[in-house]
Amino acid sequence: MLFYSQLLEIVALSLEVSLVAVMLAALIGIPLGALLAIGRFPGRTALIVLVNALMGLPPVVVGLGLYLLLSRSGPLGILQLLYTPTAMIIAQTILVTPIIASFSHQIFADLHREYDEMLRAMRASRWQTILTLIREARHALITAILAGLGRALSEIGAVMIVGGNINHATRVMTTAIALETSKGNLRLAVSLGLILLALSFAINLALHFLRSRLERAAHA
Amino acid sequence: MRLPALPAALFVLLLPLAALAGKNEIILQSTTSTQNSGLYEYLLPLLERDTGLRVKVVAVGTGQALKNARNCDGDVVLVHARDAEEKFVADEYGLKRNDVMYNDFILIGPEDDPAGVRGARDITEALQRIAAAKAPFASRGDDSGTHRKELRLWKAAGLDPGAAREGWYRETGSGMGATLNIAAGMGAYALTDRATWISFANKGGLAILHEGDPALFNQYGVIAVNPAHCPGMNIKGAETFITWLLSEKGQKAIASYRLKGQQLFFPNAHSALPGNGG
Repeated sequence: MLFYSQLLEIVALSLEVSLVAVMLAALIGIPLGALLAIGRFPGRTALIVLVNALMGLPPVVVGLGLYLLLSRSGPLGILQLLYTPTAMIIAQTILVTPIIASFSHQIFADLHREYDEMLRAMRASRWQTILTLIREARHALITAILAGLGRALSEIGAVMIVGGNINHATRVMTTAIALETSKGNLRLAVSLGLILLALSFAINLALHFLRSRLERAAHA
Repeated sequence: MRLPALPAALFVLLLPLAALAGKNEIILQSTTSTQNSGLYEYLLPLLERDTGLRVKVVAVGTGQALKNARNCDGDVVLVHARDAEEKFVADEYGLKRNDVMYNDFILIGPEDDPAGVRGARDITEALQRIAAAKAPFASRGDDSGTHRKELRLWKAAGLDPGAAREGWYRETGSGMGATLNIAAGMGAYALTDRATWISFANKGGLAILHEGDPALFNQYGVIAVNPAHCPGMNIKGAETFITWLLSEKGQKAIASYRLKGQQLFFPNAHSALPGNGG
C-alpha cells in the first residue's frame, strides 16, 4: 500500500526530476531555437528537420540508449549514475529539448519575419535583434516550456529503465502508477493518475497567471 | 524560470556524490512477485535494522534481472528460474547459487472454465484441454521465470502453442500483474505464481482452476554478482544480504510474512528436500 508520506516523496521526486529537466532543456532549447530561426549557416535546414523529428523520439528508446551508456559495463558506467534521479533528469532533458527547441524555432521565425523590416530600419545589430525577439517572445515561450513539461511529467518509458522504479530512491508518479496497475490496484492507480493530472493543472494555472501578469506589465 | 536554475544544477551535480557516500547499500535485481506481493516492504526494514544495510530493489522479470546483473548493474539477484540461474553461475557472472524459499505456480482462468480444466488430473492434461478447446491463454512472453516455466509445461504436454501462431495463445510481453489484468479483461487462462495471485487486487471473474501438481513447484534463488566480473560491485553488502536471508532469522522472517492471512513464501534454505508448494 501507499502511505501519505510515501505519496509526498513520490510527488516531490516527480516534480524535482521533471522541473529540473525542463529547465535544462529550456536553457539548451531556447537558444538553439533562436539560432535556427535567425542564424544562417550550412546544414541549418537539416538541423531544423532533425530537431522536429526528434520531438517524436520514443521515451523507451531514450531510456534504452541511456541505459547502455550509463550501465556499469557501459562507457559512462564509471559515473555510477544508473538508477539515480540524475539519470532520470538526463533522460527527460533529452526528450524535452527537441520540443522546446522546435517550438522556439517556430516562435522566433514568426517574430523575426514580423520585426525584420523594423529592426533593419533601426539598423539593429545581431545582438539587439536577438534580445528584442526574446523579449517579444517570452509569453509564447512559456507555452513551449509547458509543452515540454507535459512531456516530462507524463513519460514513463525512460525513467522506468534508467531509474529502476526504486522505492524511496527513484519512484515517480508514472512508475508508481505502473506498479500499482501491475498489482491490480486499479483504483489506487487511477487516483495517482488524477493527482498527476491535478499537479499538471496547477502548474499550468500558475504559469497562466504569470503569463497574463507579464502581459499586463508589458502593456502598462 | 532562470533563478532556481543554479541551485538546481548544483543539486543535480551533487546527487551522485551523495550516492557514492552512502556505500552501505546494494542494488538487488529481482523478480517482480517478491516486490508486488509486498515481501520486500516487510523484509527489508528488518534486514536494515539488523545489519544497517540498505537494499535498493529493481524489480523486473527474471530474464531481465539476470541480464542487468550481467551488465554489473546490481550486486545481488533474487529470481526464480533455476536453469537460468545455474547458467549465470556457470558463466562466472555470479558466485554461488542459494535456495531461499519456494511457493508454487497455479493455473488461473475464467470462473466458468470453458475448457473444463477443473477436472484435469495434472497440469499437462489441463494445458492439453485448453489447447483442444482453443480457449484464450495469456502468456507472459517476456523470458521471465514464470514464462520459462510455462514454456516447459507446454513442452511436457507435447504442445508448442507459440509456434502454432493460433489466435487463442496470446503473448502479452509484459509482467505478471499486467498479464493478469489482460487475462481478467479477456477471460483468458494464465499461469501465475501464487504470491502475485494472492496479492493481485483485480481478479475480475478469474479463479484458481488447477494447483498442487509437483511440476508447479516454484523455487526462488539468490546469487551474489561475481566481483571478478564486476570489480566495482559491493561484495560485502551482497554477502551481508545473502547471509541474513539464509540465516535462521531471515528464514523465519520470510515464513512470518502473511498477506490476507496467507503465507506467500516458504523458506527452504536449509532443507535438503524441498516440499511442494501449496
